[in-house]
Amino acid sequence: MIKLNNIHKSYDMGSSKLHVLKGIDLEIEQGEFVSIMGSSGSGKSTLLNILGMLDNYDEGSYLLANKLIANMSEKKAAQLRNDMVGFVFQSFNLISFKNAMENVALPLYYKGVNRKKRNAIALEYLEKLGLKEWAEHMPNEMSGGQKQRVAIARALISNPKIILADEPTGALDTSTSYEVMDILKEINDAGITVIIVTHEHDIAAMTQKVVRLKDGRIDEIIRNGELREFRHTYNKELVTA
Amino acid sequence: MFDLDLWKEILSALKQNRMRSFMTAFGVFWGIFMLIIMSGAGRALENGVMEGVKAFATNSAFFWTERTSKPYEGFQRGRRWIYNNQDIEYIRQSVKEIEYLSPRLFGWQQNGDNTIRGERTGAFNIYGDYPDYFKIDGWTPVKGRLMNEIDVLQKRKVCVIGERVEEVMFDKDEDPIGQYLKISGVYFQVVGVIHPETRINIGGGKKEETIIIPFSTMQTAYNYGDEIHFFSVTANQGTSVSSLEEKLKRILKERHKIAPDDMQAIGSFNIEAEFKKFSMLFLGIQALTWIVGIGTLLAGVIGVSNIMLVIIKERTQEIGIQRAIGATPGKIMLHIIAESVFLTVMAGYIGLSLGVALLEVLNQILLAAGDEVFFRNPEVNLTMALSALAVLVFSGAFAGFIPARRAIKIKPIDALRDES
Ligand SMILES: Nc1ncnc2c1ncn2[C@@H]1O[C@H](COP(=O)(O)OP(=O)(O)OP(=O)(O)O)[C@@H](O)[C@H]1O
Ligand SMILES: [Mg+2]
Repeated sequence: MIKLNNIHKSYDMGSSKLHVLKGIDLEIEQGEFVSIMGSSGSGKSTLLNILGMLDNYDEGSYLLANKLIANMSEKKAAQLRNDMVGFVFQSFNLISFKNAMENVALPLYYKGVNRKKRNAIALEYLEKLGLKEWAEHMPNEMSGGQKQRVAIARALISNPKIILADEPTGALDTSTSYEVMDILKEINDAGITVIIVTHEHDIAAMTQKVVRLKDGRIDEIIRNGELREFRHTYNKELVTA
Repeated sequence: MFDLDLWKEILSALKQNRMRSFMTAFGVFWGIFMLIIMSGAGRALENGVMEGVKAFATNSAFFWTERTSKPYEGFQRGRRWIYNNQDIEYIRQSVKEIEYLSPRLFGWQQNGDNTIRGERTGAFNIYGDYPDYFKIDGWTPVKGRLMNEIDVLQKRKVCVIGERVEEVMFDKDEDPIGQYLKISGVYFQVVGVIHPETRINIGGGKKEETIIIPFSTMQTAYNYGDEIHFFSVTANQGTSVSSLEEKLKRILKERHKIAPDDMQAIGSFNIEAEFKKFSMLFLGIQALTWIVGIGTLLAGVIGVSNIMLVIIKERTQEIGIQRAIGATPGKIMLHIIAESVFLTVMAGYIGLSLGVALLEVLNQILLAAGDEVFFRNPEVNLTMALSALAVLVFSGAFAGFIPARRAIKIKPIDALRDES
């Protein structure tokens, strides 16, 4: 599904260059549930944005569904994003003057689905996420957990192959975070690849594979079977912290 | 293609920011409104003036006499003099550039009421004219007929009268045709009631208070001898009336022993020159209107563009989200430009409508005020309205274009990161 080969990325900082990703090799299969961890500034968001074709990389290659993602026009990238990827953000990023249903329906608008049809589909998704009664509410009338569920519905509506979530629980309390993770788990069970960035070990522990970034490189990859060991490390980190 | 969704998107974005949309639109509204009002007012002035003169022969000139201002060939300065039949005869024979030539006598209203019919009396302007006069200054008969050649040849005692004369001298339901008026002691039969087509008035007084009798009759009946007070000419096609005017002045000065450089002795006036002045004036007014109007409009458009830029900045994150979830740059650009065009055209359309409505109200008031105002039909023609609309669409697109370009230059990732 996803094949990263020696990905490099630096940011221009005026005179100097900030080398953020220093050769990332990573393979993610269809249907995996992956979390990316690492200290602040280690390049997690950068990596996720490259995966989501929101940003480009400088070196290496990125194959998405066997297609090389490089030098695409903005238009092509937008269409591919719309077809392949759903985004969930830490700060929800709902459009403030549209109600929940309209927010969810927006990706279909860009696909050219007519209003009636896309609103009906949006309602279905909201129902799945237990938000049917909130369809007509504006974002500022909803709690963080509700907003994030709306955002997830929006990410799902275009039937993506991959859900990318940058700290989806970062702004939520523990119990709401777990609710959101349950939803992501369900989505993953339906066969969609889910990749999340998180700081929280308990959140990461709910995924099948943890990718740890350190200094722009992959430090370690912990697989499902090794999660026990991961918990161990996690506890150790808690002690040292 | 009419994309309902696009419009819904635009409307909700505009509704979201009512105040800002309103402020943005106001500049454009005002620009178009002013353009319409000014242009309409200018046009009305032009219509008013031109309406008043259009039946007047534009190639005409008029001559009267003044005292001389220079001594010449033994004559003192300040001499009174007057044209005579021989002058007219000579001019008719020798000046071929003339189309119509019409001498006139004025019967002054010296002693108050000069016209009597039974119990009724009135003070009117009496003129002795040739039929050619009607070809220079147009009149139409509302009853009866105009004066003709035979009236002049036979020195018939007939007259045509203005509408005010009819009002004063006759009952409402009375037919004046065939009736007699005693004018300065002589009886004349009324053969026509006439209506002036122009408001250019040679000789003062109100045109409706005019009585015209045959020139020849006037000269003999009132013992004017071979005197002529005044004459009008029109130039042949292809001759400039200004040059004809100069030529006639030269001839007359020579015939009456007036110094060639005496600028005062011959009073004259030519319509061509006046018309030119008017046309230049109106051209100037229209040009000024457009300059000021376009300037105001431009300021409005720049305002729209500026505010759209601010909007783009405000909406950076929103645009980032839209792009993350699949909006193509083209779609974003289309949105912004459509929004700008919509705002501009709406505002412009309101300005246009209000402007036209105001002019219409003005027009009604003017119509009620009647003939006396030199301000008529403050119209805005369709071409102008349409071109204004085209300008609006174009400038709206232009106003949206720069912000739209700016918007799609923002990378979606940067737009998303913009958290402020
Ligand atoms: N557009 C940019 N221009 C310049 N530097 C950037 C840009 N985006 C990110 N960086 C820098 O690149 C580094 C990696 O950023 P990134 O956002 O990927 O970190 P992160 O791992 O997501 O951190 P966090 O956990 O705090 O979200 C940071 O030092 C950041 O300051
Ligand atoms: Mg981050």
